[in-house]
Amino acid sequence: MNGRLSRLPGSAPRRAAAKAALSVLARNRPAAVGAIILALIVVIALLTPVLPLLPPDAIDPANRLIPPLNAGRTLGTDQLGRDMLARLLWGARLSLAVGLAATFVAALAGSSIGVCAGYFGRWIDALLMRAIDMLMAFPYVLLALTIVAALGPGLFNAMIAVAVVNIPFFARNLRGSTLGIVHREFIDAARLSGKGDFSILVSEVLPNVAPVIVITMSTTVGWMILETAGLSFLGLGSQPPQADLGSMLGEGRKLLLNAPFVSTIPGAVIFLLVIGVNLVGDGIRDALDPRLRSGAIARPSPVTAISRGRAAVDAGHSQGVLQVRTLSTEFQTAGETYKAVNSVSFAIRNGECLGLVGESGSGKSVTALSLLALVQSPPGTITEGAVLLDGEDVLSKSAAALRFIRGGRASYVFQDPQSTLHPLLTIGEQVAEALRAHQPVSRVKAWDKAVRLLDLVRIPNAKRRAHAFPHELSGGMRQRVGIAMALANHPEVLIADEPTTALDVTVQAQVLKLMNELRMRDSAAVLFITHDFGVASDICDRIAVMYAGQIVEMGAAEDVLERPAHPYTRRLIDCVPALGSGIRSFRAIGGAPPAANRLPSGCAFADRCDFAVAECRARPVGFVAVASNHLARCLHPLEARGERTSA
Amino acid sequence: MLSFIARRLLALIPILIGLSLIVFLIMALIPGDPALAILGSYATPESLTRLRAEMGLDHSLPVQYLIWLDNILHGDFGRSYSLNRPVLDEVVERFRATLILSATAFALCSIWGVLAGVVCAVRQNGWVDRMVTALVLIGISIPSFWLGLLLILLFAVRLHWLPASGMFAIYGGGDLLDLARHLVLPATTLSVVAAGVIARLTRASMLEVLRQDFIRTARAKGVAEASVIFRHAFKAALVNITPVLGVQAGFVLGGAVYVETIFQWPGIGRMLVTAISTRDILLVQGGVLVVAASYVLFNLIADVVQHLLDPRVRT
Repeated sequence: MNGRLSRLPGSAPRRAAAKAALSVLARNRPAAVGAIILALIVVIALLTPVLPLLPPDAIDPANRLIPPLNAGRTLGTDQLGRDMLARLLWGARLSLAVGLAATFVAALAGSSIGVCAGYFGRWIDALLMRAIDMLMAFPYVLLALTIVAALGPGLFNAMIAVAVVNIPFFARNLRGSTLGIVHREFIDAARLSGKGDFSILVSEVLPNVAPVIVITMSTTVGWMILETAGLSFLGLGSQPPQADLGSMLGEGRKLLLNAPFVSTIPGAVIFLLVIGVNLVGDGIRDALDPRLRSGAIARPSPVTAISRGRAAVDAGHSQGVLQVRTLSTEFQTAGETYKAVNSVSFAIRNGECLGLVGESGSGKSVTALSLLALVQSPPGTITEGAVLLDGEDVLSKSAAALRFIRGGRASYVFQDPQSTLHPLLTIGEQVAEALRAHQPVSRVKAWDKAVRLLDLVRIPNAKRRAHAFPHELSGGMRQRVGIAMALANHPEVLIADEPTTALDVTVQAQVLKLMNELRMRDSAAVLFITHDFGVASDICDRIAVMYAGQIVEMGAAEDVLERPAHPYTRRLIDCVPALGSGIRSFRAIGGAPPAANRLPSGCAFADRCDFAVAECRARPVGFVAVASNHLARCLHPLEARGERTSA
Repeated sequence: MLSFIARRLLALIPILIGLSLIVFLIMALIPGDPALAILGSYATPESLTRLRAEMGLDHSLPVQYLIWLDNILHGDFGRSYSLNRPVLDEVVERFRATLILSATAFALCSIWGVLAGVVCAVRQNGWVDRMVTALVLIGISIPSFWLGLLLILLFAVRLHWLPASGMFAIYGGGDLLDLARHLVLPATTLSVVAAGVIARLTRASMLEVLRQDFIRTARAKGVAEASVIFRHAFKAALVNITPVLGVQAGFVLGGAVYVETIFQWPGIGRMLVTAISTRDILLVQGGVLVVAASYVLFNLIADVVQHLLDPRVRT
């Protein structure tokens, strides 16, 4: 969904990317403010030599320390009677020039080091990066001081010192991004075409890492201006009579009591300059960093955004403990709308297990997460439908009420227990937490109960294992923990999202057996999501097949498995090599599912279907009852005997 | 755990050797003759030769380094010519003052930074987030030497609430309360930049963690939102924040140079600035080496703390 911007060669996409970045930058209001501040300062600095100013170094003891706005002096005079305005403008010009010079020196040296280390690798990399580590072992300002101590005070030396101190930032960032592209095909291609290292570095590597150089410059230039000013403030930068903003502040400091303006005004200009630089720098970083641009860093809210056109749901006649009606969930990213779940309806009775089967990307998991509004938003929104739990619509509940349903009356078992368990909490704590979120039990009681639950899901030596962290357990054991958490409060509905996919086959069987037993114990309704018909046939009473966000076939498990009516189901079953049936030819389904932001108006499977005719594509296809309680979303359902499957 | 610390300590050895080499080389490569710098341009050739021999300058560079290193390992950092006292004594005394200031500032910036970052992440794009983000931007853009002056003008000159300079009052001071009063302004000034950096990182780190699958699990369990934020998300984010705190310790330690100069705090930063101006090379070497070594130590501590926080790497 949030495709990372791939940095491929070729000027057209690069130009497009640059254009996109510029438009992001232009729409960024803080960055615009920063740009205005910065532009003003730069223009004034450039114009300083031609402005009608008094000479900045002309000493006039008779007119010492005139306060601002007095005697025709806009900003007054300093301790030697020099005109503050003139000195300020010339000083700002100098500070800006030195800060920028330091940035360019650091960028040039640091980027060269980083790119060479990343490109050549091996001992060159080791040597360069150890040297960089050495530089980073010094506290930032201290290293600059040490270099100035060696070179001697002076503005040029201060500039060099500040540049050296910032070299590691460039070297590290550039090494990283060079490493990221150095093994890509176009570098190999350039090498095969006989280009030398230098020419590859300049023509292939450099254009691709250039954004990183710009980002690093924009984030460090503010510091560098501050640091050069700081060294001047300490008397180690610009030497009198030449003055930059830092040294003006440093000299004026002694007059703080009598004439504070002599030091505070130059300080304010440094501040303005740096804040302008930082605002623009943040804007540049946001514009060039694709991760930030796609809004990926947005915090998901605890409850999925719900904007249903008509939420009116008649609570009435209930066909099961869980009833889902025309549920639709969309993702909005970068101006595109992806329909992940498209008007899905089903019902599950107590003790029944409905299998939701489909390829990855068919919308199974999003359906599961939508049931209790757990889809991340942004970017997800539930746009239509209702989820009725005992006839009550879950999606119209408040966040607080929803929290009690989650893990209480309805709970989840997720796919990958490696990433879904908290890595820093013991499994006992995590199971106990599930209990305490819903039952008024003491910490000690909850722990005891947690141990018993771990025992129930057959974690050997549960009492001791409760103190283990997730990474100390095997995948199967972790999934048992996940199941223990889900069953902690005897849920009426259990939503299992590919609970066995990440596990070995033997472990898979054990976990399935366990889930089945526990479902019988609580007679919970189970929504079992899987892409594996074998697993589905083991545990499910009924099966719903999903494709491109829609359920395309639904019926009793044996009906769907033995007499599939939808061509897609047929093809999906053919993909599974059946055990014990001898060698069967393994047929992958040609083509790919339609993109979720460009769903066709007709049957979504038409383009991959062997039997598609014009009317399949003409309009949405509704359900057809092929037998009692067996529905298929197909105009020409396969005949029950399956003669047409040999094609 | 002990073996981890032992391994880290071993890994420090090359870093410390590297540090000493850089400090030595920078000072050794200073153009001009240190003996001439000390004795001045009226020195006789004989006295110059004698001083050079005394300072070991007649040996080759590697030999000079080994002699210097050997001396330092024996606690002999040489004698400051401008202060006419052993470098080590001066450095230790000054470093104590710097540590008091830096540690206070570091505690302040850690608390402010982490709090601000968490609040911003939780209220992302709300008005609190916008306001704190603006404050953070000001914090990282403001020159500490200017902020210090403004604070002195307001709280010392105008309001007379707090002392403007020094570590203790000249008359009748010396107790802890006196020290605390003198600490407020410089420690605040010193903490501002680092607090901004920490806040930014905490915010980003929290936002990153809040998207993780295990947070979704916590929500699916029905855990209260406050507990999701603090027990689940913050705990995981802290693992990423700790190393940055170590780096910020270095920024605080270095930034102390400005703050000590403004508030006339008798720390090592001010000592270094003076020593650089007077070209007291041994004093500069000693001071830089001690501060850099302590920074290495802080990073080690951050490393160990991160290790304690994260059971995955703890073995």
